[in-house]
Amino acid sequence: MLQKTSSGLDFLEQLAATGEGDSPLGCMQCGLCSASCPLGHAMEYPPRRLLLRAAAGQLDRLLKSPTLWMCVGCYLCSFRCPRGIELTDGLWPALRDRAMQAGIQPPTELQETFQNLLKYGNVLGKSPRQRLQWADGLDVPVLDLSKQPQPVEVLWIVGDYPSYYPRNQPVARAFARILTALGVRWGVLGTKECALGECDRMFGEEGLFEMLVEKNRQLLQGLQFKMIVVLDPHEFRAIEHYYPRYGMRYPVEHYVTFLANRLPELTARMVRSVEATVTYHDNCCVGRRYQCFDPPRALLGAIPGLKLVEMERNREDSLCCGGGGGGMWLDAHIVAHGGYRLSDERIKMAARTGAQILAVSCPFELSRFEDAAKVTGLEGKVQVRDIVELLAEAMDLVEKESV
Amino acid sequence: MKIAVVIRQVPDLIEPLEVDSTGKALDLSSAAFVLNESDDHALEQALLLKEKHGGSVTVLGIDFGDVDSSLYAAAAKGADQIIKLLWGDPNRTPPPQQAAPMYAEVLRPLGPDLVLVGVQAHDELDGVLPAELAVCLGWPYVGVVRGVQAANGKSLLVCKEFPGAVMAQFEVRLPAVLGILGAEQPPRYVPVSRIRAAMKTASIAEQQVAVPPEAVRVEVARLYPPAPTERAEMLTGSPEEVASRIAALLEEKGLLR
Repeated sequence: MLQKTSSGLDFLEQLAATGEGDSPLGCMQCGLCSASCPLGHAMEYPPRRLLLRAAAGQLDRLLKSPTLWMCVGCYLCSFRCPRGIELTDGLWPALRDRAMQAGIQPPTELQETFQNLLKYGNVLGKSPRQRLQWADGLDVPVLDLSKQPQPVEVLWIVGDYPSYYPRNQPVARAFARILTALGVRWGVLGTKECALGECDRMFGEEGLFEMLVEKNRQLLQGLQFKMIVVLDPHEFRAIEHYYPRYGMRYPVEHYVTFLANRLPELTARMVRSVEATVTYHDNCCVGRRYQCFDPPRALLGAIPGLKLVEMERNREDSLCCGGGGGGMWLDAHIVAHGGYRLSDERIKMAARTGAQILAVSCPFELSRFEDAAKVTGLEGKVQVRDIVELLAEAMDLVEKESV
Repeated sequence: MKIAVVIRQVPDLIEPLEVDSTGKALDLSSAAFVLNESDDHALEQALLLKEKHGGSVTVLGIDFGDVDSSLYAAAAKGADQIIKLLWGDPNRTPPPQQAAPMYAEVLRPLGPDLVLVGVQAHDELDGVLPAELAVCLGWPYVGVVRGVQAANGKSLLVCKEFPGAVMAQFEVRLPAVLGILGAEQPPRYVPVSRIRAAMKTASIAEQQVAVPPEAVRVEVARLYPPAPTERAEMLTGSPEEVASRIAALLEEKGLLR
């Protein structure tokens, strides 16, 4: 047990009081966290030492260390901690928050993301007015609940990447077709949609997260829906775990479980086979954090012709893509301080299975793994596809050659 | 050192720009407004000088757009005083020739040693505000400044950038006006919680200013988007073919020796 010797303990005690996991004062310094951390080897203060130094009253030194901005939110340390200490959602954001309150500057890329969220309500710094651009020319109707409020079964919060990012937009379009094909009555928030703040809490920008929560409270007020469905596992975490703390309780599902619960209806509509060997990358947030390992495999397994193979490090041992906890905007910082892009290592694991397709279920992963394929020389050898895209292909709901 | 900083609200360029029906101005009816980037650098430079040499920072902005947020953010970053200038029309910003005397009216009684303004604003022709302001105050002016050091109590050493990345150092007598291109470090990030706290603790001093007549010295005759030219050549073929075509083009243009 850590001894009560210094003011750094005040910090740990405050952290314990948040109720996020068991008290960090219970750390027995076993080091399983540091050994498990995919970037622990490159950290000046890996998780075990963060706790030790904090308890020893050396908080100032920790706050200035590049280590603070090297966590990619993979949950492996928290998941394996024998004392139940919540490092990922607890310690790291609290340290980052403390650092920023003390005027220490986060890495520049991350600052830009914060500014984008603050100004435009999305991480990409795009115009809110263009939020529905992903649906331009879509062959199924999109109900904009901000313009035509009416009761729906599913409120689909599309998310920043699927709304704006060219590689993710076809996923949004495919999901819209699948929802429609299943006969689900669904709607979106249109140009009013605003980031849920999925990662900002983990970035340590608590104030920004609270601002986004308030915006979403106003947006969701008065709308009638049975559940919220999201494509982003981090958004699922936000609504499931953090929004209730602000009095906002909504039934929410990540698309993987939402669709897996409708597997018979999906299977009945699968008219084409996808002849390919596919391996699945377990995302950290819905995967490791919520132990959701079977539903994505059930969806892939149901696709005719598809052969599913497993990578080394699968399910709860999955190696993170490096995009969570702000990691999407910390690659340069992490590499500059001796780390590496986890996605590069992960795509090599996918290639070693002999699979032609790496299937994913998180919006960050498409671009992360496609970039990784390019830099590791695997472009053209391993394709990266979202589960939604593979399902749409099997259901013959693919993008028709328009124009 | 008593430092004053002028901040402006400018149209946010994430929205596509369109020319209005007069054909002489932009249609800004649905534009969002943000803090002018080089003014953000002016503020950062002021805060750096205060941290190094002590003193105070006062930030001034004309009542328009989201100026309150910009002023509170400045307070959260360390500004000691925030002032909003009311000129009777919160729906537009005055042109720089008209704005300069308004800022000067507020600045004179404050008696700052130094006034920092962003050297340009993207809704302004040729970035004339800081120079106009220096004329109003009768103070020396240096623009396109990228670094400021205090030399002694009476003057500053400033680094001015010229085209072609040529830098020159000037000694400037105080009080002076500087047009800032870039601060010595990027504008700092301040967490939202600190801005929210500033909204509770700091207060914006509102000050009515006299509106000078709008002196139109340069008139826009016509505003139009650049005409697309068809000079782009798409290179196709194998990497080797494309590479040799690039090499040939570079040679043709005299870029290879």
